[in-house]
Amino acid sequence: MRGYILRRVLALIPTLIFASLIVFVTIRLMPGNIIDLMLSQNDVSASKQTREQLEAALGLDTPMYVQYFKWLGALVFKGSLGNSLWTNTPVMDEILHRLPITFELGIMALLVSLVVGIPIGVYAALKQDTIGDYILRTFSILALAIPGFWLGTLVMVFPSIWWGWSPSVRFIPFSQDPIGHLLQLALPALILGKAFSAITMRLTRTLMLEVMRQDYIRTAKAKGLSVGTIVMRHALRNALIPVITLVGLQAGALIGGAVILEQIFVIPGMGLLLLEAVGSRDYPTITGVFLVFGVAIVFINLLVDLSYGFLDPKVRNR
Amino acid sequence: MSKPLLQVRNLTTKFGNGPGAVTAVNNVSFDVDAGETLAIVGESGSGKSVTALSILQLVPDPPGRITGGEIVFDGIDLTKLNEDEMRAIRGNRIAMIFQEPMTSLNPSLTIGLQIGEPINLHKRLPWQKAYDKAKELLDRVRMPDARSRLANHPHQFSGGMRQRIMIAMALACQPKLIIADEPTTALDVTVQAQILELLKELTRETGSALILITHDLGVVARYADRVCVMYGGKIIETASALDLYAKPLHPYTRGLMASIPRLDQPAGLRLVPIKGQPPNLAQLPPGCSFNPRCGEVAERCRRDVPELMKADDKHMHACWMAPHV
Repeated sequence: MRGYILRRVLALIPTLIFASLIVFVTIRLMPGNIIDLMLSQNDVSASKQTREQLEAALGLDTPMYVQYFKWLGALVFKGSLGNSLWTNTPVMDEILHRLPITFELGIMALLVSLVVGIPIGVYAALKQDTIGDYILRTFSILALAIPGFWLGTLVMVFPSIWWGWSPSVRFIPFSQDPIGHLLQLALPALILGKAFSAITMRLTRTLMLEVMRQDYIRTAKAKGLSVGTIVMRHALRNALIPVITLVGLQAGALIGGAVILEQIFVIPGMGLLLLEAVGSRDYPTITGVFLVFGVAIVFINLLVDLSYGFLDPKVRNR
Repeated sequence: MSKPLLQVRNLTTKFGNGPGAVTAVNNVSFDVDAGETLAIVGESGSGKSVTALSILQLVPDPPGRITGGEIVFDGIDLTKLNEDEMRAIRGNRIAMIFQEPMTSLNPSLTIGLQIGEPINLHKRLPWQKAYDKAKELLDRVRMPDARSRLANHPHQFSGGMRQRIMIAMALACQPKLIIADEPTTALDVTVQAQILELLKELTRETGSALILITHDLGVVARYADRVCVMYGGKIIETASALDLYAKPLHPYTRGLMASIPRLDQPAGLRLVPIKGQPPNLAQLPPGCSFNPRCGEVAERCRRDVPELMKADDKHMHACWMAPHV
């Protein structure tokens, strides 16, 4: 098992090098480079000399591959992701500061989706083709079809028009006010988890229908077990294995959704950091954020693969 | 004589609704005495498995449902019980062993849990005691190294071993009746005999009655006290196993006998298959369902449906022509 984890982590390295290379290059090919941006902000007349001075100061005067290897060297040997081109503070510090917030949002959204999706999926499967099943399936399609950014905007706008209430745009840290903090994250987590819960519900329903037709469920019925015990002890465990896979596959979508919702709800997480960095063409920050996202997605999928061992005894005994 | 343990009277089980409905079990009646082994024999689709599932009220509904008749077990009509009352009987007083040992055990639960489950449920024993009982049961079905195997999962056992586990599970609450639905069909021939011997021996020890569903007349001869032969959802002949072999009365039963090899036949004799196909239950022919395939068919067979008639005290058949042949 330890060898397996080690192999998986080692396989991560080429993936991340490739990903960082793509991000590193494409971000620099984006129209509107940082020098123009800085000069226009400071209202300095852009003489050729000032441009060159600024480029040299920011380390952008060397060829791109030199910049890349410098960046890679700093990462490997010093664990540094470089400094922000605007504030000159270490990107790593900023990311470590922001990561827990996004992580929290993602976990909350995931919890929402599982807590809502799995029980409803089980219910719909047990009540297959009844009114309840149809209503829940219709709602799940609706939840899938409504875009999160649109719903997020509505939630920001309408309550303030109707009741003069709007979610706080000032971030409340957990250490200051734990309840206020969780409440602040609850709305974006609900919206972020909504589409995912609809997918979870549909998958759970399908898998439960499949599992409930299995011979071993008939055996369980022949033992005199109640529907509740059959579902909880015999069916759910076997049905949940693909649902866990889905969690891993959706990790990327969850991060993408968090970027947008953090912007709408003004939550200072990785998403907001990324958006600001892209807007200001802060190359090291952008590259750093993407690298961390990549590592996160790969690790989530590794965890998913490891969790099969707990759910499926055939995998465990191998 | 005391009352039989199980009395099935005019049981009818249908699948689907309206004109497309299929009558899988049609007006079937039989008794099972305490401790005896009754074999129900027939081809695929003859209604024998549905009969078994009907007794436990496990026919998948929809589309299936019991539309008529009584199933009186130990003085209680099972068709009148609600689901909770029925659950108290399943696995406790009537247990079932299924055909497919490979898929009938839950792949993600240990066999200790699966065998202990009915004990924990019906006898209200705590899990630790239920596991101890499960270990004893595994010993009784001759599972080597029973204690340590309790923690194993089904994929770590062979088909024959899994069927032993199924038997242990069925015996868990010392049921008065065990229904075994083709318990050996999916197994190797050598293992088949072992499993049936074990089943027979254990039911004799516990005094449980056994309904043995099979399509194998060889099994019937060796293990059953009495036999019901089913065709097209009906019982067409019933007798003691000895009687049935000595003088099969229904042409279908005789056809089945002729289609299996026997040691007492002269060498070189060819087996005679029953010509034609088993009937489509949705389109049964008028009169006797067997008439299109019957070698002794008469005018009356195509017109009137034969009900079970008495040949003697214990031997009944549903054939218009039988008394004359």
